[in-house]
Formats: sequence, structure tokens, C-alpha cells
Amino acid sequence: MNPENIDQLDRLDRSIINAFQNGFPLTSRPYKKIAEQFAIPEQEVLERLNRLQNNKIISRIGAIITPNTIGVSTLCAMTVEQNELDNVAQIINDYDEVNHNYQRSHQFNLWFVVTAQNQAHLSKILDSITARTGYTIVNLPLETAYYLNLGFRI
Amino acid sequence: MTELEKRILCELQKGLPLETRPYLAIAEAVGCKETDVLQFIEAKQTENIISRFGLIIMHRTLGYEHNAMVVWDIPDNLVDQIAGEMANYDCVNLCYRRPRVPPDWPYNLFCMIHAKSRGFVYETLKIIQSELQIDSYQYAVLFSEKAYKQRGAKYV
Repeated sequence: MNPENIDQLDRLDRSIINAFQNGFPLTSRPYKKIAEQFAIPEQEVLERLNRLQNNKIISRIGAIITPNTIGVSTLCAMTVEQNELDNVAQIINDYDEVNHNYQRSHQFNLWFVVTAQNQAHLSKILDSITARTGYTIVNLPLETAYYLNLGFRI
Repeated sequence: MTELEKRILCELQKGLPLETRPYLAIAEAVGCKETDVLQFIEAKQTENIISRFGLIIMHRTLGYEHNAMVVWDIPDNLVDQIAGEMANYDCVNLCYRRPRVPPDWPYNLFCMIHAKSRGFVYETLKIIQSELQIDSYQYAVLFSEKAYKQRGAKYV
């Protein structure tokens, strides 16, 4: 399924997605609990979620961690020569500690997020990225979070 | 966190397995009881360390392909109040304060707007600027042009 085919999701897919982006059932058989809510078999819930995951409508069922409660993270910006962008981005992608990495429309054209268990490890990664890419990092750690996304209605 | 909690979180980061007893599967991978896993998630939610637990949507697949980071230079004495109001807009998905790094980076307030078109981002921006009376502050809109990597963070 391609991104534009999001419209092909049926009403039940949408209901499941809208209802369970937060407060996923904490019970031994959570998919059964969802199934009961929609009066369908447990197996069908599993099949639908499997399909949604394979089609990259959902990335996973998971936990979003409040920033700076477990581990530390920071947003980094770089100004990279256009012809080196893909190459530098690839070097940065290699780090397991990097979870987001985007090209953006600005003088600072490469933006990535580094997450680590502690500050010392985070600093080590930033130093290593600087050394390997030869580019200076502008380090923009979070100071205050005013909003936490609790999901999207589709 | 205890060693056990770290191991549970590490498994959980891979995503909840799609099988009838997913918490048991995590427990078996970690070497603990199913109830330990359930209690861990529940406790971390109560402590607000887990802010949300459930299906994680891929924005791009939903047609929100235009992810704009909008940044402002708002005076320090006003930023908390303005950010608080900004976060109330439905189309604003994240709202953070970060340090300015002069002279190249004068901005201290960051918000994310996920939209189906660039036009929508600019329209939204205009409304926010006018309603919050922040037209006079310097700002920039940084559209994402290419996602090189986008996945959940690994904390452990």
C-alpha cells in the first residue's frame, strides 16, 4: 500500500487506530480486549494490525518516553555542502543513537536527534560525529517541553 | 531504573509483538514474569515517564508529508506563556524551548506542524502569529525535504 492509499483503510481500521494510540490495554490478552470492543475475533485484530504494520501505516505498538526522563537526547543541526549531504547523512545514520535525521530547507540543512543513556555517552557520540564528518554540530538540547502529542485522528 | 526494568524497556522498544500473549513474549525474552512487564508499563505511565503507549502512526503514510519545523525568537520572559498557548493549536504537534546559539541560530522556540500541504503550514502560521500577536518576532520555517532516518529512540 502506498501513502496515498491511506484512503483505502476501512472504517474498522480507522476506529482501531483512533482508539488505541494511547491507553493500549494492559492485560494478558490485549488484542482480545480490543476484539471484544469491536465485536470481532481476536485473530482479526492481529491480522489487521499486522497488515497496518506491513503497509507502514503504523510503525509499531510502543511506548513514547517523556523527554529527558530516561536517558538524554538532543537536537543537532549542521550546515553541510549540498554535494556531500547524502554522504554525511549516511555517516550519521550509522549511529544507533541517532533516531531522526532530516534534510531541511535552511542554511542549517541537516537535522538529527541523538539519544543516549547518559550525558557522557551523548557527548562522546557528538564528538565522534564531528570527527567523522568534519562538520560542526550546533547542539540544541531540550529545555522545556510544552506539549506532548497524544496521537492523530484519522 | 533497575536492570530488569532496563531489559523490559529494551524489549518494548522493538514494538509489542503481534501475538495473543505479547506481554508474556516480552517477559520470556527478558526472563521475568508477565505481570512484571504489565506492572512496569503501568508504573511508568503513572510516573509520566511513558507519556503514551499504543499504536504509533507513520505521519507520512497518513498524508502528512509536509513536516515543518517552525522556530521563533521569543523574549525569555514571554516564551513560556506564548508556547503554552501555541501548544493548544490542533495542528501543532510538538512545542519545545531550546537554547539560542548566536549568531547563527537566534531561535529559542520550536514547534512542529504536520500538514498535507505547504500552503496549509503557511496559513496556520499566519493565524498563530496574528492570534498570539507574535508577528514582530523573527521566525523561520524549515520544511523537511528528505527523511534519512525516522524511528523510535533507543533509550537503553
